[in-house]
Amino acid sequence: MSSPSSPIIAIRGLRKIFHVGKVDVEALRGIDLDVEPGEFLSVVGPSGSGKSTLFHIIGGLTPPTAGTVRVASEDLASLSDAGRTRLRKTTVGFVFQKFNLLPILTAGDNIALARHIGGNRGGETARFRGVLKLLGITERLGHKPSALSGGEQQRVAIARGIVNEPAILLADEPTGNLDSQNSQTVLTLLRDLNERLGQTILMITHNPEAAAYGHRMVNMRDGRIVS
Amino acid sequence: MILKLVFENLKHRPLRTALSVFLIGIPVTLMLTLVGLSEGMLAETARRARGVGADIAVRPPGTSLLSLSTAPMSQKLLDKLRTEPHVALATGTMVHPVAAVTMVTGVDLDEFNRMSGGFKFIQGGPFAGPEDVILDEFYARQRGVKAGGTIEMLNRKWRVCGIAEPGKLARIVLPLATLQDLTGNTGKLSQIFLKVDSPGNVDAVIASLRAQLEGYPIYSMEEFTSLISVNNLPELKTFINVMTVVCVVIGFAVVFLSMYTAVLHRTREIGILKSLGASRGYVLLIILIEAVLLSVAGSFAGIGLSYGSRWLMMKLIPASLTQAIVPEWWPIAGVIAMAGAALGALYPGLSAARQDPIEALAYE
Repeated sequence: MSSPSSPIIAIRGLRKIFHVGKVDVEALRGIDLDVEPGEFLSVVGPSGSGKSTLFHIIGGLTPPTAGTVRVASEDLASLSDAGRTRLRKTTVGFVFQKFNLLPILTAGDNIALARHIGGNRGGETARFRGVLKLLGITERLGHKPSALSGGEQQRVAIARGIVNEPAILLADEPTGNLDSQNSQTVLTLLRDLNERLGQTILMITHNPEAAAYGHRMVNMRDGRIVS
Repeated sequence: MILKLVFENLKHRPLRTALSVFLIGIPVTLMLTLVGLSEGMLAETARRARGVGADIAVRPPGTSLLSLSTAPMSQKLLDKLRTEPHVALATGTMVHPVAAVTMVTGVDLDEFNRMSGGFKFIQGGPFAGPEDVILDEFYARQRGVKAGGTIEMLNRKWRVCGIAEPGKLARIVLPLATLQDLTGNTGKLSQIFLKVDSPGNVDAVIASLRAQLEGYPIYSMEEFTSLISVNNLPELKTFINVMTVVCVVIGFAVVFLSMYTAVLHRTREIGILKSLGASRGYVLLIILIEAVLLSVAGSFAGIGLSYGSRWLMMKLIPASLTQAIVPEWWPIAGVIAMAGAALGALYPGLSAARQDPIEALAYE
């Protein structure tokens, strides 16, 4: 784990090139970024700006083409596929725009599955029970996603994302499929998690109002951080 | 948790699950039915042979345990064997095929009755004329005939003089002389049965006969009936082995298709699992466990269906085919189904395990 003084995410000269047929598409063109432990960082930018690619690389879903990416002291460039899998299991948690809950399992089982994959075989911790209470989904855990509202599904997804106490929670447009009221609830909850538990959060969003919930905002355009 | 996920997936698509279980059950049924038929037919043959009441069987040279479609032995041999020391009774029979697995047997009824204790008639009685036939209960039921009725066989009509309890030599019994003349085998026999004066003399009589009749298979009835098993019939064993391979191939193909489709349907689910940190092994394990569960359910379905096939045969052709229920083959068939299923799930499972998480998550 990182020491309190060093960034939990340290990115230098990050480039990512996708090969689409015979054409090379440069999605990231030299990103430098530090995220401190306990920080709530919003990444904003238009479609195609490369923010999702940045999210995928930090989350270990795809390797970088060049540059260094250190996440919780792990150098992602040197990680194998198995190493990136381990990173997703232990160090980062995801919250997606489309919630991505398994429709065949109840909300509780979706969370339990993440715990199982994370190698946590014991019962829920007091900390996590507190999180469930904070998220307001304790009474909804026995329901399948189809019986939950969008806001409830996203709150379950947040619970799933932090059940293994990851160092970083990556949220990709977490309010993109929600109405304004549910969006506000989810964003407030993310800020509460950050403030109460010190959870590091990196949130991608189109929405400047949503981005304002973070401590800091970076703007991306054409594969670069512009401000 | 993996089991729960697998069960929920199976529950979520009940039609696919039911169809997969049924299709995996088919080769299991096929195997259990074929093995059951082999065992059942052999057990029935042995039971009927025991029902003759003889101590020794003398068969023509070059015959296998089961085939007796010709009558190459002279009736004079029977007369000679009657004079052998310790031989109390001797009778000859002639066997002739009338359909693929159906034989008629010609007997000298008086001699046969003395040796076997006689047929136990359910309807009618013994031969009253040369064109009479005795049927066992199963064959009569299969042909839908009663005592006093007629059946057509060997290009002529026969009067059913009696219907007897099964278990004595044959299902269709004709007067020996009639069958010999009709098939151009006058004075010829297919098999000779001997009863000796004391069970203690059986071995001595066999030894003496073997010395005199070189090349003739001569067995004690105990030995003869014990030899009637799959292990002593290499062709049957090979047939069962071939069917086993066919069952593995069918199980493989069914599970391959089923799991391949399942993996395609679950691309997004696999992406979610991978985003949560599920390793390739974890994803592969989920697919393999699902295939194994399907094969276990398919094995139970196959066992159930094998009872169904036996019931159907008993209803339709009780005399032609006898299927035994073979519980000792249940675990074998189950393991074979499981092996086929595991093989069939391997490629879809590996494909799932290798999926790119970003592409999988983007799958609609």
